[in-house]
Amino acid sequence: MKYLCLVYQEEKQEVNVPPAQIEQAKRDYWAFTEDIKKSGHYIGSNGLKHTDAATTVRVRNGKVSTTDGPFAETKEQLGGYFLIEAKDLNDALQVAARIPSAKWGSVEVRPIWG
Amino acid sequence: MRYLCLIYEDEKWWDKATQTDMQKGMAEYNAFTESIKKNGNYVGGEALQPTKTAKSVRVRNGKISTTDGPYVETKEQLGGYYLIKAKDLNDAVQVASRIPGAKNGTIEVRPIMEFDQP
Amino acid sequence: MAEETPDIENYDVVDDRLRLIFTCCHPALNPDAQVAMTLREICGLTTEQVAAAFLTTAPTLAQRIVRAKTKIRDARIPYEVPERADLPERLASVLHVVYLVFNQGYFTRADLATEAIRLGRLLVDLLPESEALGLLALMLLHDARRATRTTAAGVLIPLEEQDRSRWNRAQIEEGAALVRRAFETRRAGPYALQAAIAAVHAEAPSSAATDWSEIVGLYDVLLRMEPSPVIELNRAAAVAMRDGPEHGLTLIDAILARGELQEYHLAHAARADLFRRLGRKSEAAAAYNRALALAVEEPERHLLERRLKEL
Repeated sequence: MKYLCLVYQEEKQEVNVPPAQIEQAKRDYWAFTEDIKKSGHYIGSNGLKHTDAATTVRVRNGKVSTTDGPFAETKEQLGGYFLIEAKDLNDALQVAARIPSAKWGSVEVRPIWG
Repeated sequence: MRYLCLIYEDEKWWDKATQTDMQKGMAEYNAFTESIKKNGNYVGGEALQPTKTAKSVRVRNGKISTTDGPYVETKEQLGGYYLIKAKDLNDAVQVASRIPGAKNGTIEVRPIMEFDQP
Repeated sequence: MAEETPDIENYDVVDDRLRLIFTCCHPALNPDAQVAMTLREICGLTTEQVAAAFLTTAPTLAQRIVRAKTKIRDARIPYEVPERADLPERLASVLHVVYLVFNQGYFTRADLATEAIRLGRLLVDLLPESEALGLLALMLLHDARRATRTTAAGVLIPLEEQDRSRWNRAQIEEGAALVRRAFETRRAGPYALQAAIAAVHAEAPSSAATDWSEIVGLYDVLLRMEPSPVIELNRAAAVAMRDGPEHGLTLIDAILARGELQEYHLAHAARADLFRRLGRKSEAAAAYNRALALAVEEPERHLLERRLKEL
């Protein structure tokens, strides 16, 4: 079964993180990704640019409205996701807990339709 | 450039929808997906099960904590996404505006960050 | 300044400007940043001048501009004139920006006003929508009075004291014709209405002979379309001309009592003028002083000082 793991973390905190720690986080992400590729969990993943670059689109009465910013202002922001294949929810939660950002942010696990 | 289009819709709509409404909704999404596959905008996309099936995971001091529900409670809920390829933001917004959910919900368009191997 | 010489070189410059202005006014950018960027990037205003126009601080504004530029880069906002289908929506934000540019050049920088009018003409050529016509008309009608608005020493001359024989008649006629074109579309919006009000003023032989009822009526329509305390203030001034100062005063006091426009120098200046006309000198002096404490533009300050002295 497929699950989407949404990674939330505080964008504002990133500026306070020492470069060495950021490099370590990148290596951790790389290792984690390699790991779940090997275990067959990995389907896809992407990191997102900051919510400063987000645009919100709505269509009402045939008119497109475009506004600056994300859908919702939250303390932590969606920073990326992993789409995984897991045997069941427990398996998916195990994978989600190993996403490096779970240690400083939050990971939301959502089952995929079909 | 790649963009993630996050689809926020009131998931109660699907609960209240009649069989015909649902079929119509699905058909609209299928037609949209087909159209962006044809013109090369499509990279990927998934529909999510309702937020009542969501779990949130955090690890603090090596301890895993799992809570029920999505990361954040909102009036409209993340119900799916499309990963698209677009020439620029105008192109991406144009694609996003054709997602059926844009008519009753909200689409958040986020540019993808391209990483180098560390 | 590029005149009506349609050579290729100028065309490219114009096209480039238009592309830049549509990029700066992209709706995916924060609305304040849209205006700020256009003023800085296209019209060459300093961050401080833009901040003054926005009633905000320079650092706040600079931060907004940085954010917007980052977004243009990160989200890849294209540097282009929008496609025809997107034009009407995109035009609205551009018009707003053009009008702000015009206002920034109202007293001291005729070059900015000219620049705004030139941009206004370009937009009318590109998309002769009612509001583009209305805005161009509004700017032309205001600008027609430029030579008579201030004394050589830079003191503001109020409308009723301006030498109407020196108003630019050709520009007034052009503006009035544009107002008619805007109304013929039957979609006259806020700019077209403001232009219609300016046209009534411009075509009146004197302040006393102005059709104040017509002006109040146009303000009523404008207020229904776009409720705003500033428009209410202008309407109050017109009511004062039609019905007497005390009627205007009641309306202005009601706006201030709601907690609105308290920091807006023109609200206090208008109040002061009405007290003056009623012969209530000490109240007039207090209101002029309050206006002076808030006014930034030199010509306005000079007039307020003159009024205060005359009391």
